[in-house]
Amino acid sequence: MSPEKMVHMANQIATFFKTQPGTDQANRVAAHLTDYWEPRMLAQLRGYVATGGKGLDDIVVKAAGLIS
Amino acid sequence: MKDFIIPKDRDMGTPAKAGASVTLEIDGVAVTVPEGTSVLRAAAEAGISIPKLCASDNLEAFGSCRLCVVEIEGRRGTPASCTTPVTPGMVVHTGSSKVGKIRRGVMELYISDHPLDCLTCSANGDCELQDMAGAVGLRDVRYDAPEKGVMVNHFEARNTSGEANPEWLPKDDSNPYFSYDPSKCIVCNRCVRACEEVQGTFALTIQGRGFDSRVSAGNAGDDFLASDCVSCGACVQTCPTATLQEKSIIELGTPDRSVITTCAYCGVGCSFKAEMNGDTLVRMTPYKHGKANHGHSCVKGRFAYGYAHHKDRILKPMIRERIDQPWREVDWDEALRFAATRMRGLQEKYGKKSIGVITSSRCTNEETYLVQKLARAVFGNNNTDTCARVCHSPTGYGLGQTFGTSAGTQDFDSVEHTDVVVVIGANPTDGHPVFASRLKKRLREGAKLIVVDPRRIDLVKSAHVAASHHLPLRPGTNVAVVSALAHVIVTEGLMDQDFIRERCDWDEFQHYADFISNPRHSPEATALLTGVDPAALRAAARLFATGGNGSIYYGLGVTEHSQGSTTVMGIANLAMLTGNMGRPGVGVNPLRGQNNVQGACDMGSFPHELPGYRHVKGPEVRKVFEEAWGVQIDAEPGLRIPNMLDAAVDGTFKGLYCQGEDILQSDPDTKHVAAGLAAMDCVIVHDLFLNETANYAHVFLPGSTFLEKDGTFTNAERRINRVRKVIPPLNGYADWEITQMLANAMGAGWTYAHPARIMEEIAATTPSFAGVDYALLEEKGSVQWPCNESHPEGTPLMHVDGFMRGKGRFIFTEYVATDEKTGPRFPLLLTTGRILSQYNVGAQTRRTDNVIWHEEDLLEIHPHDAEMRGLKEGDWVRLASRAGETTLRAKLTDRVSPGVVYTTFHHPDTQANVITTDYSDWATNCPEYKVTAVQVSLSNGPSDWQEDYAAQAAQARRILPAAE
Repeated sequence: MSPEKMVHMANQIATFFKTQPGTDQANRVAAHLTDYWEPRMLAQLRGYVATGGKGLDDIVVKAAGLIS
Repeated sequence: MKDFIIPKDRDMGTPAKAGASVTLEIDGVAVTVPEGTSVLRAAAEAGISIPKLCASDNLEAFGSCRLCVVEIEGRRGTPASCTTPVTPGMVVHTGSSKVGKIRRGVMELYISDHPLDCLTCSANGDCELQDMAGAVGLRDVRYDAPEKGVMVNHFEARNTSGEANPEWLPKDDSNPYFSYDPSKCIVCNRCVRACEEVQGTFALTIQGRGFDSRVSAGNAGDDFLASDCVSCGACVQTCPTATLQEKSIIELGTPDRSVITTCAYCGVGCSFKAEMNGDTLVRMTPYKHGKANHGHSCVKGRFAYGYAHHKDRILKPMIRERIDQPWREVDWDEALRFAATRMRGLQEKYGKKSIGVITSSRCTNEETYLVQKLARAVFGNNNTDTCARVCHSPTGYGLGQTFGTSAGTQDFDSVEHTDVVVVIGANPTDGHPVFASRLKKRLREGAKLIVVDPRRIDLVKSAHVAASHHLPLRPGTNVAVVSALAHVIVTEGLMDQDFIRERCDWDEFQHYADFISNPRHSPEATALLTGVDPAALRAAARLFATGGNGSIYYGLGVTEHSQGSTTVMGIANLAMLTGNMGRPGVGVNPLRGQNNVQGACDMGSFPHELPGYRHVKGPEVRKVFEEAWGVQIDAEPGLRIPNMLDAAVDGTFKGLYCQGEDILQSDPDTKHVAAGLAAMDCVIVHDLFLNETANYAHVFLPGSTFLEKDGTFTNAERRINRVRKVIPPLNGYADWEITQMLANAMGAGWTYAHPARIMEEIAATTPSFAGVDYALLEEKGSVQWPCNESHPEGTPLMHVDGFMRGKGRFIFTEYVATDEKTGPRFPLLLTTGRILSQYNVGAQTRRTDNVIWHEEDLLEIHPHDAEMRGLKEGDWVRLASRAGETTLRAKLTDRVSPGVVYTTFHHPDTQANVITTDYSDWATNCPEYKVTAVQVSLSNGPSDWQEDYAAQAAQARRILPAAE
């Protein structure tokens, strides 16, 4: 997957959860990602975060850190 | 009537009624029927057949033929039994000599103006006029021509002197599937009434009066094809003579037996009788006891089955090393060995997760179950997905989050009790025609309609139906409109507080009420985005909240957006806010696109969940299947269709088994799909035809049609219907057998002998199907899941006493604009949809006479936008987006608003999906088909892409002559 597409998809998820009440948005983004993203997509995301995570929403960056 | 008619199929004369019991006596037999029942029907209930011609139990009584006259003690004259309601203690005589004489007189008049060519008539043996002539004992017709005069009639083309008969009209053969022969018409009006009452199109009328009365389609000068007729077949089915007759019957003769089965087109799931003569299918007629359709049909299910015998159908397996080679026909063993070796080889080289499957929403539950099992138990991964990904996956997510289960809440019968219907992003008269007929019937009875759609769909205004409100929103602003509706309901205090307190999470509701009350959600604040008149939106919200039973029906215009899942949750919020849940006439009703989308989802086709919507991460769920299948199940979700294609381009996904789906034509961003397919080393296409995806395939496994196999489909109301084999598979095997052979070639050791065995495994592993088996389906006809110990007869209505998840959840629905935005380069918004006569990628319907109604995809554009671009009706235009470009012809119409263009995606040479982009729903990756920024301009002909594509397709479809 192109990094742009991955960033777009991840940010879309973050955008939704940011509109939800509560303070655990990063956890919820992480839970959504682990529930629906295949391991190699998660690996790509973590790899991308590790190299700076350009363009990613802060919540996604935080969520990526929560994904084991 | 011939004895191929199933006994309980008997026509009872007038519709069934519900009400207090009334007891009367007919021919000495005491009969008890509901109040309002006609004497004709009451007699039929008692097993007494009163002769009739103009009456039929799917039409209101009309009282024109006077054949059903009876004597009633204490009443004068001989009333028509069809129009006479029963009264308590009534004493009826149906067979007195007096009525016998009247009936013979009536029949004599009918026959005096009817040709006596019974032996060679196409309705011979299936003609009610013939039957009634026999039943009343007509032996003579006394009407002769007067001396030196002629007997005026409608059926002789020329008189004995060879002069043309001005009363005679020629046959109208304009419809490809049935003919209208006016010379055989008895003007019983049944066709006209069926068109009005059953179909709701009002295409037919009786023109003229008295002896001049003629059935007429459309206006003077129209034939059936030129009229508003939608070819649903209701008139043909009800015609008592050969006047309206299927051409297949004219050609092949009457059937001698029938098999009940389920239509394989849309998600309504109509029951049909496949009427057979030997092993030849001569006709499909809607089955009156089918619980989804109650004896009605549309042009697709009724007539468009000829694709099964189309010359393009591939019946032998084929393989090739590389996709630039021609196909080579081989035997099944070789094809399966080739496929299995390649797939296993890929797993060895690239890892266990380098291959996957796509299950078909066209195939049966049993077949789908096996395909996902192939991925999970044989491939050892969760790389399984289905075309629901690209249609209703947001429904699964959205309703799962709010209600706790991924399914519509009602049965179709529910529409008969609704008072206010909201149709959002659906076009039922084209996409779900039989449901549309039932909806229109309810609207004619007075229910109100609100349409939320960018396009003025037929429901907005058609014969005797008009929407109270049409909210023509800008594509992509669904969430803003749905939230604005909720804003009005909450801020004006129109919600059902008792329902919310009892059934929903009250704290969550409080938060939600605060959120939605914010002025940014008001119709006035969002009007600039949505283009919807705030006053109309407020009126619509008030109507929905206060108009009685409110129901919401929605389609892909809701789901196929970046915020598809959010809109589904917004719809669930609307239903909960207004307490429209858990009883007839209300609810949230996704209209499913394909015949078995619901079933494919139920059967665990999605990469993150096992059958019954249970996430693969749950160890207890995996244990159920691990024990049943004797394998380890991967605990991590697999790839979804778009992810598979991305991974293929990245080089980590190399093999795909694709059953009954044409992803190259139906999925968005064709160029990306093609690139993904081209990057794979083993693409196995299992289909009826060499579809577009097969251009990139290495193995082609010929599939079987729904006529050629046993199984079940689950329709949009969760109804599990039987599919029954009516002819042997032309390709040699049913699809479930082929999947089993492929699995076994890969070492699975499966031994299913019949789909019933597969259903036993489904029932044993999936709680919502625990009570389903073929014996129950045989007995009940169909059953709606959940069907288990607590619901042994199934569940017509869901969430009756509480939501599946306990308390209903209100979820915040903030509008977020899609990133697909118009601008100077692409100033228009393209949205897509279906048309009545064609079905999805058209693989089937394009191979039937349905092409007469729609032979190419057209671009609908508003006259203002057309004028600015110098376009005229019928011009070739270039349609371009950032993803690609194509050409098609323009159709100028104000059905679309300025700024919006629309097309269908039924024809592969149009390639509408070259235009659509890779944006998708945030939660499910369901593609955003419904919003693409485009530009339209004049064109000289096919785009470069279309030409390259056609050349590649021609190259890829070559088949080597079989080696002898």
